[in-house]
Amino acid sequence: MVEIVSFLSKLILPAILAFIPLYATFRKVPVYESFTEGAKEGFPTAIQLIPHLVGMMVAVSIFRETGALHFYLRLLSPLVDGIHFPREVIPLAILRPITGAGSLAFVESIFRTYGPDSFLGRLASTMQGSTDTTLYVLTVYFGAVGIRRTLYAVKVGLWADLVGMLASWFIVVMVYG
Amino acid sequence: MVNYIWVFMIASGVVAAALQGRLDLVTSAALKGAKEGVAVCIGLISILVFWMGMIRIAQDAGLLEKLARLLRPLVRVLFPSVPPDHPAMGYILSNMTANLFGLGNAATPMGIKAMEELQKLNPDPKTASPAMCTLLALNTSGFTLIPATIIGIRMKYGSVDPAEIIGTTLFATGCATLSAILVDRLYRRRWENRARR
Repeated sequence: MVEIVSFLSKLILPAILAFIPLYATFRKVPVYESFTEGAKEGFPTAIQLIPHLVGMMVAVSIFRETGALHFYLRLLSPLVDGIHFPREVIPLAILRPITGAGSLAFVESIFRTYGPDSFLGRLASTMQGSTDTTLYVLTVYFGAVGIRRTLYAVKVGLWADLVGMLASWFIVVMVYG
Repeated sequence: MVNYIWVFMIASGVVAAALQGRLDLVTSAALKGAKEGVAVCIGLISILVFWMGMIRIAQDAGLLEKLARLLRPLVRVLFPSVPPDHPAMGYILSNMTANLFGLGNAATPMGIKAMEELQKLNPDPKTASPAMCTLLALNTSGFTLIPATIIGIRMKYGSVDPAEIIGTTLFATGCATLSAILVDRLYRRRWENRARR
């Protein structure tokens, strides 16, 4: 199973990368010119993202480094104990929407302490894999086109994270509990 | 709401630092965050330049159109406000496909291209359109068939069966995505009703 999956995921990118230019050549597209023409747009897009990402990362960094995040986590623990949600993975549930690198580091710390094949290891894996860094995705996608008013996108994104976390918990208890 | 989250994070950080009598933490954290933000953007330059080049080839060869035509019924339900033959459809679909296979690096440039096309249809360029919100709902709920990153980390920590979490992940991400689409629909309807009035 692992072999098949890791083989497929290793294969898919090279396959796409070979297929696109080959197919385009077959369709008589000047591939190299097309590539450079499109690639030109990448640089200004990345530069345009700087103010948005710096703004978001500064706030996240202040929130984390000053211990504010830790304070809210401790505040939340008794609440979450009420529904028997495993206390050990609460930081992951809170970190995941805010920072991808931070939540990944937390998953690794769970693996180190409890092992990847423990209940908590499987739960953390499922939680990490089934949701995305909402705040980052929002910042990048809206930042790239200069959207200021985000309508209801944040609420929907955070709602999806909450459902993803609870569904992870439910299914891991069902399958491995 | 982003505004509130942003102020909330900074304000509670300053208060937390002040309570410890360590206001210097705020300054160092801010500079650290700023540095990180620029570093992420610099890291994105190579990915964006490379993938936007590849996407252009795919577009010039008519591949995006083909993909859009193939899955037209699905995206028409999800994005009723986008004309079915609009270039945004091809980008939206390639973004969804890349996400499905966990090709995070490739998904972002395609999502940005989709956003740019949706922006052209947007009557108010400073406010998100409902179609943009739906695209974000699909992306933030993280729908993935193969969670490659997490499988890799499980391998690194010596898991007996690193890929065993595919099934549970699929279930959880499916729930998240479905509920995101549903809630997105509800909000959209409310927004449209308000706009009509």
